[in-house]
Amino acid sequence: MSKSRHLLSGTDKMNSGINLQGSFIDFFQGLGLPYGTVKLLWLPLPMLLLLLGATVGVLVVVWLERKISAAAQQRIGPEYAGPLGVLQPVADGLKLLVKEDIIPANSDPVLFTLGPMIVVIPVFLSYLIVPFGQNLVLTNIGTGVFLWIALSSVAPIGLLMSGYSSNNKYSLLGGLRAAAQSLSYEVPLALAVLAVVMMSNSLSTIDIIEQQSGYGIFGWNIWRQPVGFLIFWIAALAECERLPFDLPEAEEELVAGYQTEYAGMKFALFYLGSYVNLVLSALLVAVLYLGGWDFPIPIDPILQLLGIDSNVPWVQLITASLGITMTLLKAYFLVFLAILIRWTVPRVRIDQLLDLGWKFLLPIALVNLLLTAGLKLAFPVAFGG
Amino acid sequence: MFVLSGYEYFLGFLILCSLVPVLALGASAVVRPRRRGLERRTTYESGMEPFGGAWIQFNIRYYMFALVFVIFDVETVFLYPWAVAFNQLGVLAFVEAVVFIAILVVGLVYAWRKGALEWS
Repeated sequence: MSKSRHLLSGTDKMNSGINLQGSFIDFFQGLGLPYGTVKLLWLPLPMLLLLLGATVGVLVVVWLERKISAAAQQRIGPEYAGPLGVLQPVADGLKLLVKEDIIPANSDPVLFTLGPMIVVIPVFLSYLIVPFGQNLVLTNIGTGVFLWIALSSVAPIGLLMSGYSSNNKYSLLGGLRAAAQSLSYEVPLALAVLAVVMMSNSLSTIDIIEQQSGYGIFGWNIWRQPVGFLIFWIAALAECERLPFDLPEAEEELVAGYQTEYAGMKFALFYLGSYVNLVLSALLVAVLYLGGWDFPIPIDPILQLLGIDSNVPWVQLITASLGITMTLLKAYFLVFLAILIRWTVPRVRIDQLLDLGWKFLLPIALVNLLLTAGLKLAFPVAFGG
Repeated sequence: MFVLSGYEYFLGFLILCSLVPVLALGASAVVRPRRRGLERRTTYESGMEPFGGAWIQFNIRYYMFALVFVIFDVETVFLYPWAVAFNQLGVLAFVEAVVFIAILVVGLVYAWRKGALEWS
């Protein structure tokens, strides 16, 4: 895989070994447009593709969630909209689109509208650093996972904003709980990522995966960071407000938490945001701990054994599509796990939630970090030099 | 054009992502029905007449957790460069980080003993 890098130039890498960007630029330059204009024309194309992919990913997850929940409760679930009800999420979205927008008379209308927008934007923006293959990332910036951690702390502001601006007691409590929960689990999450970063000596998501590749399934970080993996997964579930940590929108206590007063498209934005966040967290678990696009069996030795040159375009096309498939398979397996956890574990109380975050996960995450540092000093080869 | 290479994508993606909610709400504004009436705009309180507002004082506990969070979040930010450059720093940096974390753990123990991490 590392050889293929020489073929591609520059930092713009939304292609699969075959240089799509290069041919696009060549074509439009042939039409007499200057290079800068053509570059600017190219820029939004991979981004739009990624946004589309993220949205379709959410539709799939919504359908999966409804079907798997139904199976867990021995129901049939959606079945009329399309075969097996696959179009149900689309129907839901269309229904929400034509619903009336209600802004409560006592609320602050500006903050009320800004709230869901601030929740959705950073979640989508985080897809910037998610790699689907060696060169299939929007931009391989040096800050990588750190950017994601920074962006994920923006969403609570939006939740707090919508909870407070609704001027509703349920909303206020839901917003406060959401903020407190995100804050409490942000620290263990960041410390778990820190241990992974230390092993790969880089914040870039590409470097983190490359550090895990080469030995197939045994090279993945989950074997070297089992505690970090558990901390990250628990904290990620809490950040996504999934059961057992869905206190901000606990329907038995708070109706719907900060979403209580929302209707129509603004409610849909919250809904979209929470599912995009779930897929994003699953993708990041796959990137940080499960080797990202890496195949469970090392591919390079097999190719060498068969005498196939890995730089040939069609081989690169196959490895790239295999990489995307692996990333998505790992991510959707984790989503499946999250849905099963939802129907298995009861909701925690707020004091249990905060105790788990501060008195259990935080000390363990600190110990895990120091242990990783110590092991790295003792066995530099096994822990990324 | 940009000093930091790769960040032009960040700017472009930020603009595109900001358009997502704007377009969604804009499209909804075109097709959704508009009805008037003050009844539907009352605050939801499980069917009861709304009793007082929600813009009131709230539990101080939330503030305490926010304070403890600031301390540990800043700590994490300080540790990031240390972790990235750890392979070049060696044993001394490890000892320094242990001392740094030990000081913060003392802070955590203090907050714990003082009851800042208790809910009730």
